[in-house]
Amino acid sequence: MAKTVVQEFTKGLWAEIPPFRLVLGLCPTLAMTKAVENGVGMGIAVTFVLVCSNVIISLLRNVIPKQVRIACFIVVIATFVTVVELVMQAFTYPLFLKLGIFIPLIVVNCILLGRAEAFAAKNGVIASFADGLGIGIGFTLALGTLATFREVLGNGTFYNIPVFGPSFKPFSFLVNAPGAFVCLGLMLCIMNMVGKK
Amino acid sequence: MREMLKLLVTVAVFSTFSGGLLAAVRIGTRDRIEYQKVKFVKGPTIKQILKGCSNDPLVDRFKILDGKNERNFYVGEFDGKRDVVAFESFGKGFGGDIGIMVAINLENDKIVGVGVTTHSESPGLGARAKTDPTFVTQFKGLPIKKEPFKVKADGGQIDALSGATVTSRGVCKTVSAATETYKRLKAQILKNLKS
Repeated sequence: MAKTVVQEFTKGLWAEIPPFRLVLGLCPTLAMTKAVENGVGMGIAVTFVLVCSNVIISLLRNVIPKQVRIACFIVVIATFVTVVELVMQAFTYPLFLKLGIFIPLIVVNCILLGRAEAFAAKNGVIASFADGLGIGIGFTLALGTLATFREVLGNGTFYNIPVFGPSFKPFSFLVNAPGAFVCLGLMLCIMNMVGKK
Repeated sequence: MREMLKLLVTVAVFSTFSGGLLAAVRIGTRDRIEYQKVKFVKGPTIKQILKGCSNDPLVDRFKILDGKNERNFYVGEFDGKRDVVAFESFGKGFGGDIGIMVAINLENDKIVGVGVTTHSESPGLGARAKTDPTFVTQFKGLPIKKEPFKVKADGGQIDALSGATVTSRGVCKTVSAATETYKRLKAQILKNLKS
């Protein structure tokens, strides 16, 4: 039954890639994939918080009493989110302005509490680290893919660099809110078709 | 009872640790965050009105306590002389508060430049106070006199933005208020510049 560390890591990249397979963490997935820069920035922030909180919670899993575990998990997650928020303000201020309210909202992201409750609270430190890193990178990849699709077709740019000639007319529908839902729906559809055996 | 106490203590210890950690991070990043805010929010306006200065006004700044408020002053060096200061003042516009950066030459008490930092004016009308440079450059070189700046319709010397009289009046009022602040604090500014 015991999986290897490598398996814990790689499951987050495909088999349990958060927004597409677990269908968790959809709020930032929808809102922050207008541009690749935002999507990847959000993904990295979530990965950092996920790895840190997974490690700490796994270390303390025998100390935390069952009745107050959720409160303790949230305190740990909220602390790291605030750290990320301050560090982003100090070093990448323009990105901080773009992500805005969605940085503090990482606290209530289901992926984080989900991994803490379902994995870190029951497994060792190394496995939890691998799990956090895998899920985090999977989340970043998912946001990156969706953002690439939306930014390239919806705005005609990739990472703010124009990819098509000046004659290209962007499908601005895709960078608006309804476009986010359509893109996510199509992506889920593709993932389900590929995954079916 | 013992069980309850244990739960309480655990949560309290967790919260204390996280509070301590956050305080440490906050203190560690405070100066950098302040610099970043200055750079990205006020930086472009300061650079614009202190064009041609030979130093970095964002680094060369000092604070003066004015009543209860702390004011930031940005120093501009021209021809080897540190005699221009820029500072921000706030006034009422049409859609809310307008933040205006005013640069004044201490030697001859003339306005070096005026620029809008933050505003919530109507796009295409009042927002031109920030985007259309011909409006704010009217203040350039005006001496600070006793009477406040006014738009021409009110018997002053500033051409109002067409369709945005309230904004134009707001800007004039704010610039006038800034000159009042300057007069009040001039002695302190000079002292800070020398040190």
